[in-house]
Amino acid sequence: MLQRLQNISFLDIALWALGAIIIFVVIWGTVATLIENPYPAQTWVETVVAGIAQGSLYALIAIGYTLVYGVLFMINFAHGEFFMSGIITATIFLAQPMKASGFLDAHPVISISLIAVTAILVSVGIALLTERVAYRPLRKAPRLVPLITAIGASFFWQYFFRGLYGSEVKSFPQFEALAGKASILGIPILKSHIIVIIAAVLMLIGLYFFIMKTKVGKSIRAVAENKDVAALMGINVDRAVAITFAMGSAMAGIAGVLFALVFRQVHFFMGFIPGIKAFTAAVLGGIGSVPGAALGGFLLGMFESVGPGLFLEGLGIPAPHQLKDVIAFTLLVLVLIFRPQGILGERLAVEKA
Amino acid sequence: MAMLEVKNLHTYYGNIQALQGISLEVEEGEIVTLIGANGAGKTTTLRSICRLLDPRQGSIILEGEDLANCKAHEMVYKGVAMVPEGRGVFSRLTVAENLDMGAFSRDDASGVRQDLERVYNLFPRLKERRAQVAGTLSGGEQQMLATGRALMAHPRLMLMDEPSMGLSPILVEDTFETIKAINKEGTTILLVEQNATMAFSVADRGYVLQTGEIILHDTAENLKTNEMVQKAYLGIE
Ligand SMILES: Nc1ncnc2c1ncn2[C@@H]1O[C@H](COP(=O)(O)OP(=O)(O)OP(=O)(O)O)[C@@H](O)[C@H]1O
Ligand SMILES: [Mg+2]
Repeated sequence: MLQRLQNISFLDIALWALGAIIIFVVIWGTVATLIENPYPAQTWVETVVAGIAQGSLYALIAIGYTLVYGVLFMINFAHGEFFMSGIITATIFLAQPMKASGFLDAHPVISISLIAVTAILVSVGIALLTERVAYRPLRKAPRLVPLITAIGASFFWQYFFRGLYGSEVKSFPQFEALAGKASILGIPILKSHIIVIIAAVLMLIGLYFFIMKTKVGKSIRAVAENKDVAALMGINVDRAVAITFAMGSAMAGIAGVLFALVFRQVHFFMGFIPGIKAFTAAVLGGIGSVPGAALGGFLLGMFESVGPGLFLEGLGIPAPHQLKDVIAFTLLVLVLIFRPQGILGERLAVEKA
Repeated sequence: MAMLEVKNLHTYYGNIQALQGISLEVEEGEIVTLIGANGAGKTTTLRSICRLLDPRQGSIILEGEDLANCKAHEMVYKGVAMVPEGRGVFSRLTVAENLDMGAFSRDDASGVRQDLERVYNLFPRLKERRAQVAGTLSGGEQQMLATGRALMAHPRLMLMDEPSMGLSPILVEDTFETIKAINKEGTTILLVEQNATMAFSVADRGYVLQTGEIILHDTAENLKTNEMVQKAYLGIE
């Protein structure tokens, strides 16, 4: 017992105190908001649904971070650019011309399918190229090296696509069928949000099934644990790593399409913030864990959406919704203080470092 | 023609030379043991044979085929499976999934089913625990799993790296019984051991490895009575 007490440092106490203060402020703000009751119920429902939709996007992108970390113990900072590359290309070469020619309004299902397939193919292509050229040669290098390379790759792709398509914001056309709201259980909800949530949940379930049940999925988990032994089983480790990148970037490609459906604009820098947020979500859920990435994504989206109105409004903070990033990163700090391995992470970060 | 012929292997870790010209042969149907002290280069030899390490010099010939251009992940397709040092089970996969991975190289579903039966008969414990995550198994059970996983590849040559390491005396006995049984059913075995007494009790022939060199090879019978071997590896003064 004394031993354990001695192991607790001043820093631990300070961090716990910080955590306790933050939680106290959050509870105080929440109670104050609930007493004040500034918003009607309808607003809360909309905020929650928006949070789930935003969280779906984070979850889809976070999968890519967590899968790659799982097999290579590397943070792929270029992942946000994989997300951007697919949808920006599909917007310029398909969505905008199809809207202009009237094809998109005449055949919305064919159009969105073509856009999605193109976005996925481009995202996967960029990811595989990056893996082959920039990451694979560094597989045995010290871990800082691929990390720096990933940051370099991120910049490279941003400016590559800026050079290719220009730096201005490009509008993504409205799908008439997705405009406005639909009523679910008597609650009006944005149709684009419904599509995003359904698509993301289906993709996440599909991916989980693939990883857990298929031969290729199992081989990827084997490679994540021990590359040498996996090779002895006959698993081509290079190919398994490439498949991992392909799956993560396919998810990011889909997330790009869903992002465009909701926000209706794309640009070369659009991968940066969602990339950082999704990385946060992956750490939050426990990096390396697929269910963790999904959970972290939904939690983060929810906190960002509901948090400002619920925690901050009651404290009398003006324009609380501009502070959603503060909430996101405070949540991250809290989780890292109280559970460094993330919510569903199994091992301590140090073990792998 | 020998099943496996290793000629003059020189393997390095960076600039450190671990193997200084290892040559050995394994005939079809044999159990051949490779004994040596800690750090002698036993694991390095096995890892060189299955291409996890790239020897600077020397050749590995399997049934007449030079494996110089073979990749580690192609070895199992050539009929070579390994039970690695320290077992190397996939601890987050279940027992059944580990065995699945052992059969990764195969697409004869009925043959795989038969081999799974065989592994479960050999190690009933594994069948009981098939849904359990391998990381929660005891050391002995993990050894069974690593052996069973190698058998799932239906190998003609099995490389085993210190299967008795860290096991209780009873389990060590069992392990060597199993090795004999596997060999009787037609699998050729190259067995790396520090437990020379047990190794000689099952092996046909043996090689003695010292600091990266083969210093002696003979039949197991003769090695048992060799004065130097008795002194250095069998604890007989
Ligand atoms: N990854 C490595 N890097 C550098 N040197 C290594 C490495 N692995 C092994 N060695 C060295 O190579 C030599 C042979 O090691 P090896 O693991 O083959 O021995 P071993 O006979 O299997 O020993 P043990 O009985 O302890 O398993 C040792 O001197 C060891 O220190
Ligand atoms: Mg060894």
